[in-house]
Amino acid sequence: MGEPTHAVHVHHAPKGFIRKYIFSTDHKVIGIQYYFLALFSVVLGMLLSVLFRLHLAWPNANWDLLGKLFPTGMAGGLMTPEFYLSLVTMHGTLMVFFVLTTAPQSGFGNYFLPIQIGADDMAFPVLNMLSFWITFVALVVMVMALFATGGAPLSGWTAYPPLSALGKISGPGEGLGQTLWVISLAIFCVGSLLGALNFITTTLNLRAKGMTLLRMPLTVWAWFTTSILALLAFPVLLAGGILLVLDRVGGTSFFIPAGLVVNEQLVNHSGGSPLLWQHLFWFFGHPEVYIAILPGMGVASQLLSTFSRKPVFGYKAMFSAMLAIGFLGFFVWGHHMFISGMSPYSAVAFSLLTLAIGVPSAIKTFNWLGTLWQGKIQFTSAMLFAIGFVSLFVTGGVSGIFLGQTSLDLYLHDTYFVVGHFHMIMGVAALFGIFGATYYWFPKMFGRMLNEPLGKIHFWFTFIGVNAIFFPMHIMGVAGHPRRYSDASNFNYLSSMHPLHEFITVAAIVTATAQLFFLLNFFWSLWKGKKAEMNPWNATTLEWTVPSPPPHDNFGGKLPVVYHGAYEYSVPGAKQDFIMQDSPEKIIEAT
Amino acid sequence: MVGLRSGTRDAGQIDQREDVNMGLAIALVLVLLCVVSVIMFSGHYWWFPPLISTYTGYDKQFMLTLIIVAIVFILAQLALGYFVWKYRDRAGRKATYVEGNNTMEVLWTSITFVIFIGLGILGQRVWAQFHFAEPPANAMEVEVTGQQFQWNIRYPGADGQFGRTEAKYVDESALNFVGVDPHDPAGKDDIASINRMVIPVNQPVKVLLHSKDVTHSFFVPGLRIKQDAVPGMTITIHFTATKTGEYEIPCAELCGLGHYKMRGILDVRTPVEYQQWLKKQASQE
Amino acid sequence: MPTVTMPEVEIGPRRTGGGASDFGGGGRDDFRGRGGPHVPVNSYRLGVWFGLGAILMLFVAFTSAYIYRQGLSFDWQPLSPLPILWFNTGVLVLSSLTFELGRRALRQDLTGAFGRWLTMTTIFGIAFLTGQYLAWKQLAASGIFLGTNPHSSFFYVLTGTHALHLVGGVLALAYVLVGAWRQKYTSRECAAVDVTAVYWHFMDGLWIYLFLLLFLWR
Ligand code: HEA
Ligand code: HEA
Ligand code: CUA
Ligand SMILES: [Cu+2]
Repeated sequence: MGEPTHAVHVHHAPKGFIRKYIFSTDHKVIGIQYYFLALFSVVLGMLLSVLFRLHLAWPNANWDLLGKLFPTGMAGGLMTPEFYLSLVTMHGTLMVFFVLTTAPQSGFGNYFLPIQIGADDMAFPVLNMLSFWITFVALVVMVMALFATGGAPLSGWTAYPPLSALGKISGPGEGLGQTLWVISLAIFCVGSLLGALNFITTTLNLRAKGMTLLRMPLTVWAWFTTSILALLAFPVLLAGGILLVLDRVGGTSFFIPAGLVVNEQLVNHSGGSPLLWQHLFWFFGHPEVYIAILPGMGVASQLLSTFSRKPVFGYKAMFSAMLAIGFLGFFVWGHHMFISGMSPYSAVAFSLLTLAIGVPSAIKTFNWLGTLWQGKIQFTSAMLFAIGFVSLFVTGGVSGIFLGQTSLDLYLHDTYFVVGHFHMIMGVAALFGIFGATYYWFPKMFGRMLNEPLGKIHFWFTFIGVNAIFFPMHIMGVAGHPRRYSDASNFNYLSSMHPLHEFITVAAIVTATAQLFFLLNFFWSLWKGKKAEMNPWNATTLEWTVPSPPPHDNFGGKLPVVYHGAYEYSVPGAKQDFIMQDSPEKIIEAT
Repeated sequence: MVGLRSGTRDAGQIDQREDVNMGLAIALVLVLLCVVSVIMFSGHYWWFPPLISTYTGYDKQFMLTLIIVAIVFILAQLALGYFVWKYRDRAGRKATYVEGNNTMEVLWTSITFVIFIGLGILGQRVWAQFHFAEPPANAMEVEVTGQQFQWNIRYPGADGQFGRTEAKYVDESALNFVGVDPHDPAGKDDIASINRMVIPVNQPVKVLLHSKDVTHSFFVPGLRIKQDAVPGMTITIHFTATKTGEYEIPCAELCGLGHYKMRGILDVRTPVEYQQWLKKQASQE
Repeated sequence: MPTVTMPEVEIGPRRTGGGASDFGGGGRDDFRGRGGPHVPVNSYRLGVWFGLGAILMLFVAFTSAYIYRQGLSFDWQPLSPLPILWFNTGVLVLSSLTFELGRRALRQDLTGAFGRWLTMTTIFGIAFLTGQYLAWKQLAASGIFLGTNPHSSFFYVLTGTHALHLVGGVLALAYVLVGAWRQKYTSRECAAVDVTAVYWHFMDGLWIYLFLLLFLWR
């Protein structure tokens, strides 16, 4: 704060390892830090998922080796039901918060938003550094929760009270682990808020000359919209988190009703409401899922346009749709609560609004198809992931049309149909956005090319793999398989689904293993990859006008001037099939 | 300036053969995706348990949605596959400069809007039947109380009145799971049952849902209903089972480590058998 | 179909940017100090509003929880406002007043007066925090704690969260105060002062709102 004129903008690269790579205020370094934080979390989350998948497929198998690794959770090599739930909870939490909120937004957004709008850094570089370290602390606390005495938290990533509020008496994992879980998320909220604040101010204030709103790349629009969502949604989770912690340790009764008898013990609380938490959580939670997908949508638009050598079809419709999704996203949270005991009348309103929010999503889908139409499609790895994104988004989105109807949700709620839905659209469509962005921007970030053949192998394994994992889940949901069941063998009507469980697990193992192609490619190329040129994809946006990787202040002390929209590909009469945004070429509208 | 920044790699240098195959491969995989989806969803290898309820609208609404969504899904995936194959980079191919098309935007926006909202409105009939319609006057009352990890079922007995309950009377060793007040005469003839809910066939049933500890969810797949049992609340639902037999009642809301084995049985019997069962229970009380 | 000519250093007709207004992008359009160590000051002025937006959402969430929780319970036992709270409220309002008087002095470049007013503001701010702490002590002394009943829970949560934010405000004030003593601010160089003022007044207003919520809406 204070005298900003001198406080921040000294354009010398900081000296010393710590200032440069650890407590750096350079948005590019921070972006990469976020990226690695996400990479760590996604690998951990993925390993956890493989672990609990093993249990689902072979609940009685004995995994001696794992038993040694987790002496309590898998004593004697057999997974306990509480350990299973802990794994699911940690898997979901890591993935939603520490992967999908960090990599696409804070990671790539941090790195590329300033460059794409022609700024030399974020508006508040020190705040930016703080955001990262706060997020980092949140991750450390979350990992501590995994190893907490009394067991890792097991209330699911949605942590519904009273289960999550009652403490030890309601079962294992509800002690210290659950408290750490809530605290970690509260810290995470603060970090994300500060980040969002920074993104919004940067976008509004630091655009280069000529970078009008309607010339901003759609990625910038996406990060901007996402930031607004984050700014308005995270405080609500923070409020809920504070109240939940107090219920756990402060003796309050926000969420705990009177007269509970848990494990034969009378609970001394009065008058709280479990539904209150659900309202607070989902008021945040629904915008959160759009926080997860919007950056992916931006990336998909950018990639489809670049590699079709065509402007984005319906640019205005595209960013308007994003704004509409962001806006409507605040009015549909009730669709997670149709069955919760909430008023069935408000459920009807939530249902119709939910279906209405599908309309802007449809607009985006059709415009992506329109972008491909009559293009000149180049199958780079990045492009393959963008195409995969569209396919997965459609698959995951249409199942939302079932869930959005109050009537159909009567049966489908909390079944594997929901698990299938959100993995297709969030689990993997958003992840494909990350992958596409990685293949596209890696050269810019690290100055070296990723290996294309390896990237393509990775794509094929992953695309087919995730369809094999998550498609059958829809069928299981239709057949009535509830989620969060560590073992389905207690129910007769579920036992016929066991082959599907086995199939899914095998597919998950193969897919997870295939991620080695990505990780190998990534780390090998980091040191040994082919040197990247300034603009290897012949793309138009500003990050491709600077060296790879860009210098400390991005543009070498001289900020660019922008003359064109973000996607001027194949303009008739132009010398090349693309016009850079800062190219002074003049386009004359023919009459 | 511009020339310097553009890469040396020209689109024309991309290996043509590879790209033909890549476009084709994507198209084929997407076709395969559609085929497998259709087979899986129409083959009914795994499907809804047979319907045993008067809520017949559910299956109709599901099929209607399924058919509409399937058409859109297939069209979208196939269009994607087709475009990717048709417009792949080939020697001499030039992309057409199109910025968009407002007529198309309006068209597909309104079509999807009509489809989505139309489905949503149609579906409300099923919802209304379940939530807004009053239970029939002749509905019998059953109280269901979730607990970690069992379903406590209670019938009002001959007097048609449930005895009042209070947490302090809960005594599991005396099998008083829901805490019926021993001093309340209305509670004397209440009939309790654990995990087995016996009801007569074709008889409207009104269920008073409670929970005594954490949130559970009462799910009977064959009836096409699900409702959370929330502590501190009494939620009323109603249904009519139309087929005799035993049907499982899984708990559908995460309630702790035993969630996966919280299993009740909906035991639908003929009225005569039901009366016999009631008598037997009453005599055991 | 458009065509392209090359090269003319001029902004062409905006293609995708066809004629839309360009709000806010002005931070750099005037090129003032570009390439030099100059940040458009209005980033801070803009940023504080978004920060306040987030804080507002936090309290909106608390408010809806408050109303929801009150609506369903039989155990709601409203506290009555402690006398000291009236006093605290007065002090906080005064602090906003002195802050404004200080800023008026600064606008006339009366840096000495500015420093004095600001010192008073800071003292009032600390007094308010102390007063809130005393209010907590008094409540606790009369046996009303966080978990006693839902209204007391909300009282502690709302005042506590507000106080935490106000601690931030006092720190910012202290920072500005140091600058004021060093004569760092003038009528033209006062971004930090303005930003702190916005934040401070917001916290003041927020307190009055919370006060009304807690004691009118019981
Ligand atoms: C990235 C994240 C993401 C996204 C984008 C969405 C998008 C949508 N979601 Fe999803 N959802 C989740 C993540 C996401 N969801 C998660 C994580 C959960 C579970 C949380 C939990 O309980 O753990 C969930 C749960 C969930 C529920 C609650 C289910 C339940 O618990 O009972 C519902 C119900 O309405 C729902 C609906 C929708 C709808 C209607 C959309 C729409 O926005 C989708 C719109 C897209 C399309 C429709 C596809 C493209 C369009 C076309 C091709 C046009 C034409 C189509 C037709 C005419 C059909 N979602
Ligand atoms: C991002 C979100 C995400 C992702 C990617 C995944 C990935 C996977 N999920 Fe996850 N899952 C959730 C989010 C996600 N999940 C959530 C929110 C829940 C709900 C939790 C709850 O109920 O509370 C859940 C629950 C859940 C269940 C339900 C458990 C139950 O209800 O009992 C199952 C069951 O099979 C499952 C399986 C899997 C599998 C096999 C994978 C994967 O293994 C698939 C293969 C992996 C990949 C394709 C990713 C690999 C990526 C990389 C290696 C690098 C990427 C690079 C960067 C990010 C920088 N998940
Ligand atoms: Cu009871 Cu799950
Ligand atoms: Cu949602």
